[in-house]
Amino acid sequence: MNNIIRELQNEWVAEKQLPEFSAGDTVTVHYSIKEGNKERIQQFQGVVLQRKGEGIQETFTVRKISGGIGTERIFPVASPNIAKLEINKKGIVRRSRIFYIRELTGKAARIKEKRVLRTK
Amino acid sequence: MSGIIGKKIGMTTMYNEEGKNLPCTVIEAGPCVVTQVKTDEVDGYSAVQIAFGEGKEKNTSNALKGHFKKAKTTPKTDVLELKGFETELNLGDSITVEMFEEGEFVDVVGTSKGKGFQGVVKRHGFGGVGQATHGQHNRLRAPGSIGNASTPARVFKGMKMAGRMGGDRVKVQNLKVIKVLADKNLIIVNGAIPGANGSSVIVEK
Repeated sequence: MNNIIRELQNEWVAEKQLPEFSAGDTVTVHYSIKEGNKERIQQFQGVVLQRKGEGIQETFTVRKISGGIGTERIFPVASPNIAKLEINKKGIVRRSRIFYIRELTGKAARIKEKRVLRTK
Repeated sequence: MSGIIGKKIGMTTMYNEEGKNLPCTVIEAGPCVVTQVKTDEVDGYSAVQIAFGEGKEKNTSNALKGHFKKAKTTPKTDVLELKGFETELNLGDSITVEMFEEGEFVDVVGTSKGKGFQGVVKRHGFGGVGQATHGQHNRLRAPGSIGNASTPARVFKGMKMAGRMGGDRVKVQNLKVIKVLADKNLIIVNGAIPGANGSSVIVEK
């Protein structure tokens, strides 16, 4: 990527920060949708398959199973429409892009959870 | 039509106030130098010659060297004649991206990427044969008939056939200016423009 573009993107993207997450994590994306003049927030919960790109062009893919059918959605990380991103589970996976999970169902599709010490 | 010479930097993306993702192109434009002012009295019409891009003296013709010397500037690579500037320009004046405002529409001229020798499907959008069976053998992307038989007994000029594609002068009209960064000499337009990154373009107002 060109240096001038990288510099510009860094300026634009710095405004908002999402919590750290990577492939294998289970997240809930609160995404605001405009219908005419109304704005409402939709939730999409699933496993993060990958993070792709850099700067303002970075996106992440979330996969969920709804009604027995696998659904994937791609969100831009820098999108102002992401109202909130919750991390439900930290998963332990060995690669940064876990497309193999598409082939797996049932028990095999589970991802090992990372135990986090809760500080209270 | 007034304008400015620039260089295509590349494409990126941006969000507007409504949260919509806009594809946009970054152009480094200007500052251009006025190297000649043509007037009605001397030349029969009025226009302004502008130049952009640092060049080498050994690659500059003597005729252009004279223009650059008169304008008291260094040799440039791109020279262009334009008319219709709002303000009156004199020899040696510089033209910057400040001539553009955010929200206005511009045209961008560039040289499209060369594609080499291409068939009719890619070059002219032909449909191809559309069938893999019923006697078709290795002619799925063939052009078909190029004319009649004994009348006219020739192929008409301009018949769409395979050949060199790309590398043409292309103008893209009505691109919205999203941002003008005067301190960095950058102008950001909505949408794509012709040519590879680093190629020279003309932004017309």
